Amino acid sequence: MKRTYGALLGACATIAFASVAAAETITIATVNNGDMIRMQGLTEDFTAKTGHDVEWVTLEENVLRQRVTTDISTKGGAFDIMTIGMYETPIWGKNGWLVPLNDLSAEYDAADILPAMSGGLSYDGTLYAAPFYGESSMIMYRKDLMEKAGLEMPEAPTWTFIREAAAAMTDRANDVNGICLRGKAGWGEGGAFITAMSNSFGARWFDMDWNAQFDTKPWKDTLEFFVGMMNESGPAGYATNGFNENLSLFQQGKCGMWIDATVAASFVTNPNDSTVADKVGFALAPDNGLGKRSNWLWAWALAIPAGSQKEAAAKQFIEWATSKDYIELVASKEGWANVPPGARTSLYENPNYMEVPFAKMTLDSILTADPNNSTVEESPYVGVQFAAIPEFAGIATEVSQEFSAVYAGQQTIDEALAKAQALTNDAMEAAGYK
Amino acid sequence: MARAVTPQRKIINTAAAWAVGLAIFFPILWTILTSFKTEAQAIADPPIFLGFDWTLENYKVVMERSDYAKYLWNSIIIAGGSTLLGVIIAVPAAWSMAFVPSRRTKDILMWMLSTKMLPAVGVLYPIYLLFIKLGILDSQIGLVIVLMLINLPIIVWMLYTYFKEIPGEILEAARMDGATLKEEVIYILTPMAVPGIASTILLNVILAWNEAFWTLNLTAAKAAPLTAFIASYSSPEGLFYAKLSAASTMAIAPILILGWFSQKQLVSGLTFGAVK
Repeated sequence: MKRTYGALLGACATIAFASVAAAETITIATVNNGDMIRMQGLTEDFTAKTGHDVEWVTLEENVLRQRVTTDISTKGGAFDIMTIGMYETPIWGKNGWLVPLNDLSAEYDAADILPAMSGGLSYDGTLYAAPFYGESSMIMYRKDLMEKAGLEMPEAPTWTFIREAAAAMTDRANDVNGICLRGKAGWGEGGAFITAMSNSFGARWFDMDWNAQFDTKPWKDTLEFFVGMMNESGPAGYATNGFNENLSLFQQGKCGMWIDATVAASFVTNPNDSTVADKVGFALAPDNGLGKRSNWLWAWALAIPAGSQKEAAAKQFIEWATSKDYIELVASKEGWANVPPGARTSLYENPNYMEVPFAKMTLDSILTADPNNSTVEESPYVGVQFAAIPEFAGIATEVSQEFSAVYAGQQTIDEALAKAQALTNDAMEAAGYK
Repeated sequence: MARAVTPQRKIINTAAAWAVGLAIFFPILWTILTSFKTEAQAIADPPIFLGFDWTLENYKVVMERSDYAKYLWNSIIIAGGSTLLGVIIAVPAAWSMAFVPSRRTKDILMWMLSTKMLPAVGVLYPIYLLFIKLGILDSQIGLVIVLMLINLPIIVWMLYTYFKEIPGEILEAARMDGATLKEEVIYILTPMAVPGIASTILLNVILAWNEAFWTLNLTAAKAAPLTAFIASYSSPEGLFYAKLSAASTMAIAPILILGWFSQKQLVSGLTFGAVK
């Protein structure tokens, strides 16, 4: 008997020691947005379940991108988990910089991840980052102004309708702009919008031989339409407006329509911040009848850098943060409108979530974006509002600067397209694509 | 002969000085005011200057979300440590350049200054790799060394300028009285250059406190100073201006208070050479 107790005590001590010894502190680099901050606030739940502690490094998106790129390319090991997007994941996965996530537990149910998300976060069929939340873009519009203009927003409008509606809703005397869109330079700002828009006009960045396509008619049509519409119905100084500037305008009732990230829906419908919270409707991003809409696809996802000393604990965290249980946890504490959207199929089968006004349109928008087939004519790259090649960020930043100069009236569309064509071809040639 | 200043001219000068002072201070004032607004008031158009309901909510949120004391402590260690280490190295360097110059002293001084013209990002990767190799990534000591090296040219230049104002005969007299080199620097030169050294220290503490490139790129969770604290509240997708302003106010408050109390010392030190 004594021996049995002794053995039991020994076993208990061993288990206790093992769990203490296995407890790790993982460092996570992430961005400052509502969903991520909420996750930080709920970390205690993860610690209680696993014993692991978490240290957060929260940075502004562009700073974070530079910071984690430096660390992963030098194998610095400063972070055990990095928050990265759809642009970096396939490139870094191809380079062997990320730990494959193809061995997540059965409970995790990886098959439940929305196919558009898992596709964009994989390379060669292997998942390298788990989506924390996903987003597309859609139209957010003022139902009251649309009604006042005597129009009705279709669920899937065309660009022609949007331009007409924008003109009809514009009321300069009362400081109401028919439409607010991104014009700010930067590949993730105005560059992302115009690229997604150009898809619906039949444009593409490269042909199958990686030749730049800015000398083609669809690109000229895109820019002429955009500039014409914004000059008629957009806010003054739209060349420097990005997400935040347009959000601010929309929340103050100064935009009839805004086409931007689906994640903005929770901001514009929040009565604490938005003066038009109860007047907002949603629709799919417009098309031109060519089979492609102008919405993008993006995900903020969690990935483990290859060589991490705490891979097991990091995987446990990723399973916790991107699980169905986490969604339930957020819903129970902060309501269904605040759960991270766009990552899991099961969320959109949940009747509680489908009562959230923007839930259906968010899902429909995500489902209509296909990163593997984003252009009307065939293209050699993956990505909707970007081309997933390492050179893209630099090239697209320069191209978007040329476009912003057009929006600001500093050069003509033809001049900007000619410069974009030349600089893109030069960069692609220097990088060895041609 | 001093020119007589008419009362009218005095009023104009005073008003102009206040206008310039307020224009320079306005962004800081606006940040402080915004930190007491709600997020909706922070983006209101037209902007609200004072007529808003003052709230401490942003400070409460920031204090709950971030470990301010940790960031503050790191800033104090990094800014203070790098400045002190810099002064310890720069005093003998400036002494030799000021009192026993060689043919190449001017060239060396110019070369030191020219290192400040190199874009920091150009040496990010070599320094990052060096830090990994030495195991000092995300450490206070790593940042103390880097910021000391970055600010060393300024410290040497400032001390050199102050030392040049001190008559060499005083040091010679000390030497004739039997003072060793160490005693000469510590007991004769340094006390005479206290205003200059103090203003050099203050200026470099401010520079190190505000340095944002290296402190963001070489830290993660452990050694991150207040610059990283501010960066954690900036977002291109979401309006968090009021919280960002609260975080900024908390980050600049210590250095603002230090600057306020030491402004007399700072100004007298900075004009040390000019008024002679």
